Amino acid sequence: MNRPMSGRVAAQAVLLLNAFLVLAPMVIMGLSAFKSTREIFQNPFGLPGVWRWENFARVWVEAKFALYFRNSILVTIASIVIVMILGAMAGYALGRFRFGGNDLLYLYFLSGLMLPIRLGIIPLFILMRNLHLLDTLWALILTYAASGLPSAVFILTGFFRTLPADLDSAARIDGAGEWLIFQRIMVPLVRPALVIVAVYNLIPIWNDFFFPLVFIQTDRLKTLPLGMTTFFGQYSTDWGALFAGLTLAALPVVTLYALLSQQFIRGLTAGAVKG
Amino acid sequence: MRTSRRMWLVFFLGPATVVFAAFITYPILSALAFSMYAWEGIGRRGFIGLANFARLFATFPYSGLLVNAFWHNVLVFVVTMLIQNVTALGLAVLLARSPWGTRGYRVVFFLPVMLSLVIVGFLWALFLNPIFGLVNKFLTLAHAGALARPWLGDASTSLLTLIVVNAWRWLGFPTIVFLAGINAVPEEYVEAARIDGAGEWDVIRRIIFPLLAPAVTIIVLLTFIGSFNWFELPYIMQGVSGAPNRATDVLSLLFYRTAFGEVDTGLQDIGIGSAIAVLMFALLLTVSAVGAVLLRRREVELA
Repeated sequence: MNRPMSGRVAAQAVLLLNAFLVLAPMVIMGLSAFKSTREIFQNPFGLPGVWRWENFARVWVEAKFALYFRNSILVTIASIVIVMILGAMAGYALGRFRFGGNDLLYLYFLSGLMLPIRLGIIPLFILMRNLHLLDTLWALILTYAASGLPSAVFILTGFFRTLPADLDSAARIDGAGEWLIFQRIMVPLVRPALVIVAVYNLIPIWNDFFFPLVFIQTDRLKTLPLGMTTFFGQYSTDWGALFAGLTLAALPVVTLYALLSQQFIRGLTAGAVKG
Repeated sequence: MRTSRRMWLVFFLGPATVVFAAFITYPILSALAFSMYAWEGIGRRGFIGLANFARLFATFPYSGLLVNAFWHNVLVFVVTMLIQNVTALGLAVLLARSPWGTRGYRVVFFLPVMLSLVIVGFLWALFLNPIFGLVNKFLTLAHAGALARPWLGDASTSLLTLIVVNAWRWLGFPTIVFLAGINAVPEEYVEAARIDGAGEWDVIRRIIFPLLAPAVTIIVLLTFIGSFNWFELPYIMQGVSGAPNRATDVLSLLFYRTAFGEVDTGLQDIGIGSAIAVLMFALLLTVSAVGAVLLRRREVELA
């Protein structure tokens, strides 16, 4: 407030410099996506002479980006829906029912927050092979669903506990069945928590590269991050296409972030920031 | 009535428990067991106790590879702490004073955290291309052409370059965490110190930093976990073998190669791979546990 002008100017200079270092590579990526390879080499920093939209068309159709996007969307939505349904059911039981082993089961789910599941990839690979799920999207969906459950159970159990106790007893006296109470009364009340669960899981699942790398062989089943490696191998000399591919791959996440930046910042740092 | 209640509990808890047990608990526990068996391909043979660990620690080529990769992980952790997290702390201190444009800066700084490491890795691989890449072109334009070099191809710069790219992607994360920590410092503490005549730097050093201890602990912990799980960026930018000449090899790459076979050597050994996994697991769990204890102790001090 009463700090000298020079200090404030210096602070702005540092912050602006950092903003520039973050944005410049992304802007250059977006501009290069419209250039020919020769133009990228000769004029890497300037605006494109001609805006070559065809780079995107080439990537979308020839390089199968449409297919990779479809797979990524399918896997992400299916995993998150499973996490929300199973997480809500388990959270409801753990948060609203007193029974022997309640705390133990809760801690059992929570242990998953600490376990680096990637280190279990060899048994997981063999398990998927034995279940005939290798090289299918189900291998990914089940893995993501399972690894999303600990945080979902943690968040949802906490939410269910905060709901007033007479809520379900009143419904029960009115003769409502357990499923009806859960689905009609409880789930609508924890909708904000379900949104948190979805936001928390969305980006890690969408961006994951490790599990597709291990589970998926067939090109038409690859998700976007894995498909990108195939694409970079095939188009390694066509830099216009490479930048178009990168821009296209970044676009959905950047757009979503532009709309919901506060939710994503809060969601992704939720584990590290209290309150 | 009681049986129906039990039925409902099974119905509500069963699916989540089964999925979690099958695809998380079982694989993790099996990884421990796998490390004590002999393997031929993915066929399990006899129980051999700790022989895989003995081979991993004492025989060529594993012992050399393990030590090499381990020190690279340590370097990734230390350098990331120094350049990424110290910078983040500085940015957070600046942002905590709510200068003009704070909201915008927050949003911009966090943006790369959203991008997949595959995109980040490929983008910077293009920028760092020795001949056509824009980093060397920029250096030439800035009359610093002497600094231009094959950043990723030169063993003396490749790992550091990867760490810097990684920091570019992650910087916003610790920044936001530190910023939240600073903003949580009660205003009256700062005011009281100011009334007592404390200068700007005194406030930062004596009030804010001590109260920031929990946030620092969390970031140190997450940086450690991240550094020892480092996989995507080196894989995308340098390949599975840690090119050039294993200069960017890290434990996760070594684990992956040993478990699923290396392109150049064809070496695959699930027993050794599982042993590496168990070691990493023990390391991560120990450090996380110690970190959690430290965290709780510091929170008590604050109360």
